[in-house]
Amino acid sequence: MSAVQAYGLHKHYKSGKASVEAVRNVSFEVSRGELFGIIGPDGAGKTSLFRMLTTLLLPDKGTATVDGSDIVKDYKAIRNKVGYMPGKFSLYQDLSVEENLEFFATLFKTSLAENYDLVRDIYVQIEPFKKRRAGKLSGGMKQKLALCCALIHKPVVLFLDEPTTGVDAVSRKEFWDMLSKLKAQGITILVSTPYMDEASLCDRVTLMQEGRFMTTGTPGEIRDSFKKTILAVRSADMFRLLQDLRSFKEIEDVYSFGESHHAVMKDGYSLVNMESFLASKGHTEIYIQTVPPSIEDCFMQLMQYPHE
Amino acid sequence: MRTLRFLLEKEFRQIFRNPAILRVIFVVPILQLLLLPWAADYEVRNIKLAVIDHDHSSYTRQMISKITSSGYFLLDQYTNSYKEALVDIEKNRADIILEIPAHFEKDLTRENEAIVLLSIDAINGVKAGLGASYLQSIIHDFNNEVRSKWIQLPRFNPEVNIDIRPSNWYNPLMNYKFFMVPGILVMLVTIVGSFLTCLNIVKEKEVGTIEQINVTPIKKYHFILGKLIPFWFLGIIILSIGLFIAWLLYSIVPVGSLFTIYVFAAVYLLAVLGFGLLISSFASSQQQAMLITFFLFMVFILLGGLYTPIESMPIWAQWFTRFNPVTYFIEVMRLVVLKGSDLSDITRHIITVFGFAIVLNTWAIISYRKRSS
Repeated sequence: MSAVQAYGLHKHYKSGKASVEAVRNVSFEVSRGELFGIIGPDGAGKTSLFRMLTTLLLPDKGTATVDGSDIVKDYKAIRNKVGYMPGKFSLYQDLSVEENLEFFATLFKTSLAENYDLVRDIYVQIEPFKKRRAGKLSGGMKQKLALCCALIHKPVVLFLDEPTTGVDAVSRKEFWDMLSKLKAQGITILVSTPYMDEASLCDRVTLMQEGRFMTTGTPGEIRDSFKKTILAVRSADMFRLLQDLRSFKEIEDVYSFGESHHAVMKDGYSLVNMESFLASKGHTEIYIQTVPPSIEDCFMQLMQYPHE
Repeated sequence: MRTLRFLLEKEFRQIFRNPAILRVIFVVPILQLLLLPWAADYEVRNIKLAVIDHDHSSYTRQMISKITSSGYFLLDQYTNSYKEALVDIEKNRADIILEIPAHFEKDLTRENEAIVLLSIDAINGVKAGLGASYLQSIIHDFNNEVRSKWIQLPRFNPEVNIDIRPSNWYNPLMNYKFFMVPGILVMLVTIVGSFLTCLNIVKEKEVGTIEQINVTPIKKYHFILGKLIPFWFLGIIILSIGLFIAWLLYSIVPVGSLFTIYVFAAVYLLAVLGFGLLISSFASSQQQAMLITFFLFMVFILLGGLYTPIESMPIWAQWFTRFNPVTYFIEVMRLVVLKGSDLSDITRHIITVFGFAIVLNTWAIISYRKRSS
C-alpha cells in the first residue's frame, strides 16, 4: 500500500464571478519511505493540494488516501497520523518553544518525552532557547520548531509546505539534511518548494504548474527525458551575449544559468555557425561547451512550453 | 480532560502575556465607570438664555432673576432687539430666546394677562424640550407668586387646585447614577464577553495557528470550551471589579443579593460568548470581527434600554429588544440593584437568556468547521 494515493483531485475557488482552478485533475502516488518533492512557482496549487491531503480542505472532485485512509471519509484517522507544517509559521508566537511543543504533544495525546528520539536531532538545536517565546526566534529556528511540532506525534506521513521559503542557504541545506535523516527513520515526506535546485535532493519529484502535474519521476528520469542539447556559453560581455544569443536562429531558448548562459539548441544546429555568429557580433573569449541537462533545465523548458 | 486542561492553561497564559488584553480588562472598566456616569446625565444644565426685554419693569427684572437663580440657565445677553438675539442663536451662543413685550407689567396688572415669546434652538432635541419646559415651569411659578401677591387669596382657595406630591420609589432622590451605573456595568461585561472571545479566535485564524490546531485530532467541543471558559471567567472578574468601583465611587450597593446578579451574569455571559463565537466563525480577519461586533454592539446598546426607555420606542424596535440579550441584563441589573428583586422575580429573564445562550452557541458550534470546502 502506498503512503499517498490520489486520483483526479480537483479544487477550484470562486472569488466573485472569477473562478480559479487551483488543482486540476491531479493523480499521483507516493511510496512508503519516499521523499517526494513538488516543485512549482507561487500559485501553482501546491498549498491547496497539501490542504486537501491533510483534511483541511474538501476536494471538489477526485479521491485520495493517506496511509490507506480516505481524506474525506476517514479524516479523523488521518489527523492522528500525519504531520503538517504550513508555509506560514503558525505556532503560538506568545508561547515559549517548550510550551508550543508540549501543547501540540498534548493535542495528540502524547508528550515530548515519549517521542524524544524522533525529534532529538532537531530539538537539541533549539533546546538552548526553550524558554524563549516562539515569536522571538530567528527564521531558521522557527522552522526547526515548526518541524518539531509537526513530528511530535510520530506521524506516518509528513507534509511540508514550502519549508525553505525565506530561509538562508545554510539553513536550507541543514533542513534538507534533517529531512534525509527523517526519511531514514521510515517517515514518508511530501515537500513542496519553489526552488528548482532542491529537486535533485528528492527521491522523486514532480513539476506543478497551474494546478497540473507536468511531469513526475526520479530526478534521473526527468533528466533522461530531456532530449535536446544544451550548450553552456560564456564570453567577455555576458549581458550583451545573452541578447545576441536570443537573436540567433538555431537557438530555441536561452537563459542565464550561474556563471554561463544555457542555450537550448534546435535540432540540426551547427556549432561552427554559432561560433562565427558570435565572432561577427564582436564577442571575445568565447567559450562553448555541451553540458548534460540538469533538473532545472528540464523544468525551465517545461514551464516555458507546458503543452508540448 | 487533559486536553481541555492544557487548552485552558495555554489560553490563560496567552491572556496574561498580552498587556493589551490586561489593560482592557482592568483599565477600561475603571475609566468607563469614572467618566460615563457623569457624562450620561439626563438633567440639562447651563442652557444659554438670551432675554429681549421691551418692558424694563420691576416684574421683568424679578422674573429674570428668578430664572437665572434656578441654576439651569446662564444669561447670555440682555437686549432690546430680537435680531441681535437671533444672531446669538445662529452663532450657537444662545439656546433659548425669551422675549418680553412692552407693557408686560401693565398688561399683567390691568388685563390679568401677559404674553411672552420663547424661541428655542431645537437642534439638540433633548436640550430644547427640557429647557423649554424648565423655563415654562419657572415662569408659571412666577405667575403664581405675582397673583398671590396682589390678589388677596381667600384662606380656602375657591379654585379647584390639584397639587402633586411625587414620591420616587426605589430611587428616592431620582439619582440617575443609580440606574446608569448598573447599565454601564452591563456594557462592560458585554464588551469583554463578545469582543475578546471573538477577537481571540479570529486572531488564531489570522496568524494561522488554527490551521495547525485543525490538523490535530482535537475535538471541536474541546477547542470551543477552551475558548469560552477563560472569557467567561474574565467576564465575571470584570463584573466584580465594576461592582466594587460602583460601591467605592458612587456608594451603590445592590439592594438585592449579589448572588442573584452573579447567577444571572453567569447565564448571560454564556449567551454573549456564544455571540462572539458566532461572529468569529464568519469573520476572517480581526478587522472584520471588530467592525461587525462594533456595529451590532451599538445596536444592542442603543436598543437595550440603557439610554432611552424601551416603552417609548416604536413597536418594531420593542420587538427587537426582546431578542436583545443586553435588554434583559440591563433590566435585571436595575431590578436587583435598585429594587432588590431576587431570583424568583427574574426567572423569566434567566430562562430567556439561557435560551439565547443555547441557540447562539449551537449555531456557532455548527458553523465552526475544522475544514473548509
